[in-house]
Amino acid sequence: MKFTRDITIMESKKIAVLSGKGGTGKTFVSVNLADAAGKSVYIDCDVEEPNGHLFFKPEITSEEKVTVKIPVVNHDLCTGCRKCTEFCRFNALAYLKDKVKVFEDICHSCGGCMLVCPQKAIYEKDLAIGKVEIGKSRQVKILSGTMDIGKASGVPIIKRLLELGSLEDLTIIDCPPGSACVTMESIKDADFCVLVAEPTLFGVHNLAMVHELVNLFKIPFGAVLNKCTDGENPAEKYCDDNDIKILGKFDYDKEMGRLNAQGEIMSRVDKAYNRKFAELSYAILEEIK
Amino acid sequence: MKLAMPVNENNIKSGICYSFGRAPWFMIYDTEIKKEFFIDNSAASSAGGAGIKAAQLLVDQNIDGLITPRCGQNAAEVVQGADIKIIKSQGEDIEENIKLFESGKLTLLDEIHTGYHNHGK
Repeated sequence: MKFTRDITIMESKKIAVLSGKGGTGKTFVSVNLADAAGKSVYIDCDVEEPNGHLFFKPEITSEEKVTVKIPVVNHDLCTGCRKCTEFCRFNALAYLKDKVKVFEDICHSCGGCMLVCPQKAIYEKDLAIGKVEIGKSRQVKILSGTMDIGKASGVPIIKRLLELGSLEDLTIIDCPPGSACVTMESIKDADFCVLVAEPTLFGVHNLAMVHELVNLFKIPFGAVLNKCTDGENPAEKYCDDNDIKILGKFDYDKEMGRLNAQGEIMSRVDKAYNRKFAELSYAILEEIK
Repeated sequence: MKLAMPVNENNIKSGICYSFGRAPWFMIYDTEIKKEFFIDNSAASSAGGAGIKAAQLLVDQNIDGLITPRCGQNAAEVVQGADIKIIKSQGEDIEENIKLFESGKLTLLDEIHTGYHNHGK
């Protein structure tokens, strides 16, 4: 299979891998797709529990802190007009005992309170919320984000990861589970989405969630059915009923599970898996070219 | 003494609401004159931070105590920051809770939850 030569067509494409719940195989699919492609970029956007690095074991070449802007009130200048507390859509500001109180975890760093303050009593400070690490594993460039414990939203870290991701190579975005803000941020500039699903009714429910999301974002997509068994596959039925293209299927495989749990990259250690991921890449390529 | 309670409707027979920040109404009760009035909880429809905004509404009413079944962490910070006591309600009956409070049978709410942020609905 002339996989690595043809894959050049996919250069500069961004493929996001997502699912409605954790444990369906997003990282399994993302890591192996990136590895099978040879020269590629792998971005781990699951900043609450990044795990792609456990497989790639990259040599970290650089690291940076991610900060957000948080308002600070100069109480000497504040006259208590409450324009800021009324403005904040997220109610991150309260006014009690003649002072403005800032709820840092709720603030979305829009800077609006600072703009509406007639006294110019509000300025901003940097608040560290996590970090971004860049490394390499064979030909794969790895970008991984980690949110600090106790922080409320990983969106700014994901934004930074996607900014740092190279535009020249095929980029695989390993998304956070679910369909909330962090997932939306991860897929919003993707050229194609891969929905990973399990063969259970619960799996169907979660597939439906991300299906709705990618439709909302109008991003082309297809499905990968993971952990397939001989029994019926409700996720497959959902795909058929909703005209979702099935790009690939992976059988439930105990040996693969064992190697995966040891942090092995299947496409590196098993020829059959390497071929399967090459085929999956072709199936995606067919959809986006 | 002015007390506030999250309630389901704007009448004293309606019942205490299980949610604080997104309760439809708050009842303010004055123990001296034994009269109540209701305020529409404009925080209930907030995209986020409903607890903070609801707590702000009550702080601005200069209440002394909040009787509620539950209270989130951020709301509690606002309420307690204004030196308002948070008292745990017993059952849903509003008048019964006022009686219990007046006879000293209600205790302070010791369990402040960390918030549901749309996951607990």
